[in-house]
Amino acid sequence: MTLTLNNINLSVDGEVYLSNVTASFKAGIFNTLLGPTLSGKTSLLRILAGLDAPDEGTVKFNNGDITNIPAKKRNIAFVYQQFINYPSFSVFDNIASPLKVAGVSKSEINGRVEKISSLLKIDTMLSRKPSELSGGQQQRVALARALVRNADIILLDEPLGNLDYKLREELRLELPKLFKETNSIVVYATTEPEEALMLGGNIALLSEGKVIQSGPTMDVYRRPQNIQSALTFSDPPINICAARSLEIANAHSIGIRPHHVKLKRRNTADIELNAHVTLSEITGSETFVHSLALDQQWTTAIHGVHHFNAGDEISLYLNPANFIPFDASGNTLAILESEGV
Amino acid sequence: MQKKLNQKAWFLVLPVFLLVAFSAIIPLMTVVNYSVQDSFGNNEFFWVGAEWFSEILNSERFHSALGRQLLFSAIILLIEIPLGIFIALKIPKQGWAVSLCLVLMALPLLIPWNVVGTIWQIFAREDIGLLGYVLAALDVDYNYTQNSTDAWITIIIMDVWHWTSLVVLLCYAGLSSIPDAYYQAAKIDGASRWATFRYIQLPKLKRVLLIAVLLRFMDSFMIYTEPFVVTGGGPGNATTFLSIDLVKMAIGQFDLGPAAAFSLIYFLIVLLLSWVFYTIMTANEGKTNQS
Repeated sequence: MTLTLNNINLSVDGEVYLSNVTASFKAGIFNTLLGPTLSGKTSLLRILAGLDAPDEGTVKFNNGDITNIPAKKRNIAFVYQQFINYPSFSVFDNIASPLKVAGVSKSEINGRVEKISSLLKIDTMLSRKPSELSGGQQQRVALARALVRNADIILLDEPLGNLDYKLREELRLELPKLFKETNSIVVYATTEPEEALMLGGNIALLSEGKVIQSGPTMDVYRRPQNIQSALTFSDPPINICAARSLEIANAHSIGIRPHHVKLKRRNTADIELNAHVTLSEITGSETFVHSLALDQQWTTAIHGVHHFNAGDEISLYLNPANFIPFDASGNTLAILESEGV
Repeated sequence: MQKKLNQKAWFLVLPVFLLVAFSAIIPLMTVVNYSVQDSFGNNEFFWVGAEWFSEILNSERFHSALGRQLLFSAIILLIEIPLGIFIALKIPKQGWAVSLCLVLMALPLLIPWNVVGTIWQIFAREDIGLLGYVLAALDVDYNYTQNSTDAWITIIIMDVWHWTSLVVLLCYAGLSSIPDAYYQAAKIDGASRWATFRYIQLPKLKRVLLIAVLLRFMDSFMIYTEPFVVTGGGPGNATTFLSIDLVKMAIGQFDLGPAAAFSLIYFLIVLLLSWVFYTIMTANEGKTNQS
């Protein structure tokens, strides 16, 4: 099964939401849309769902044009950032609701709800109302409702956005496994590069309503086509430095991911920069150290919790093998193979 | 180690305690005091126990006023709640019309109660009122000062005009708080307009409706000013509701003892019925993490 978008354009009140978007999504693999807020992810999902029609362009499903087919006739499922369940239905009835609408027999409904609810670990709370569940459990119910109906297309719009850190980690690991068993085309929108990396599969990077790069997630991460791709697919943002400051010829500027800026020498070829700390922040299980060197800001991401004070003198070590060289217009020059991410 | 108790916190509670005492407890106790005594003036009081309570509870006059009151509140709730929901659903969600609709809706709520009474008293008169004149011109037999059904209809329409807006505004606020994703989900599921209302909007409005029902019940059950201005409780006793009867008893006849007993019974009925509404409407809700 394939879902294809051809030259999709969408403007609302003179503002461009999507511009010439062409992309293709396949079943059996996780398809991620990655981009910051207002990059057009939700607009794209709404078009895929049939909730909005594009101004121009076509949506094709297995070569059939479905551009003007309304949402309810598309056999799709949609999971939102908010936990959307029918408030007056029990968990069981919530999961069973799409099957009931489709006229599935009672015994089959029972079987399917049982199977999917144990897969999502909510089988002990089938008689409860959504409001009696925690946020994570409510989202599991919404996911179960999306999975139970064997939809052709499952669209997920930042489904983990409203969950706390721990639940997000937990579900992130479960999601690819859950969707692997379906025959549906899964499209997953997220703002978080880290999440996209963990989910794997294929990715399309969106920025200001345009697809700026697409392909297998790891390839796109390792070989950004231009500065914009590298900036979109990096959290914290990638360090960009003038090539001549690092004494590198044949390039205009150099991108170095924060994870590749080390505080200890790893390699004899490492370039050493003297820097002083401007800020250090601890996020989750990592520490981001912001420092000043060569008259510009550098961001280093190191594993674990470390303490730095503003003004501390540190040395930054950069391995040229990890450099991503860009030309004057921001396009990537021949990439040197990195040893990993 | 034994921790020494600090009694200073009582001083922090004291202002609230005094405020509640003067605003609620002391006036209420005065009423309780009157309700168990008789007085012949001269500040002389005689203990009568529960006599006034049994007199009120057994009086035909109280029963009929209570009956009228219950009927009135029931009609008001049956009209204003569905009508309020309906109008709230029809108000646009965005655009310039939103503020216009909301301001128009809020207008009746801003008019003092006795002015509302006066407006409708004049509006419905045959000689100088537009409504009364038009009805007479159309040959409709309508006279709220003589016909009790007409008097009821007038007061009910007046109350609906005055207070449906409150239900509308509450429901509109409730509807606006439903995330758009619910409507998208309903669209994807192919839910009909009715199913969307029944399974998404109505359950999401439950909390707001509880407040609307309680407010409208309590207010309509204690209605005084508007019928007093329009009909004065008449014709006959047709629109003599509990509060009108109470005032007649307390100020007209100066029967302070029975009137005090009446007030307490009245108060307990309002409390009891509000509790009943609350219990029914929050049943099956269970422990809620979020509303």
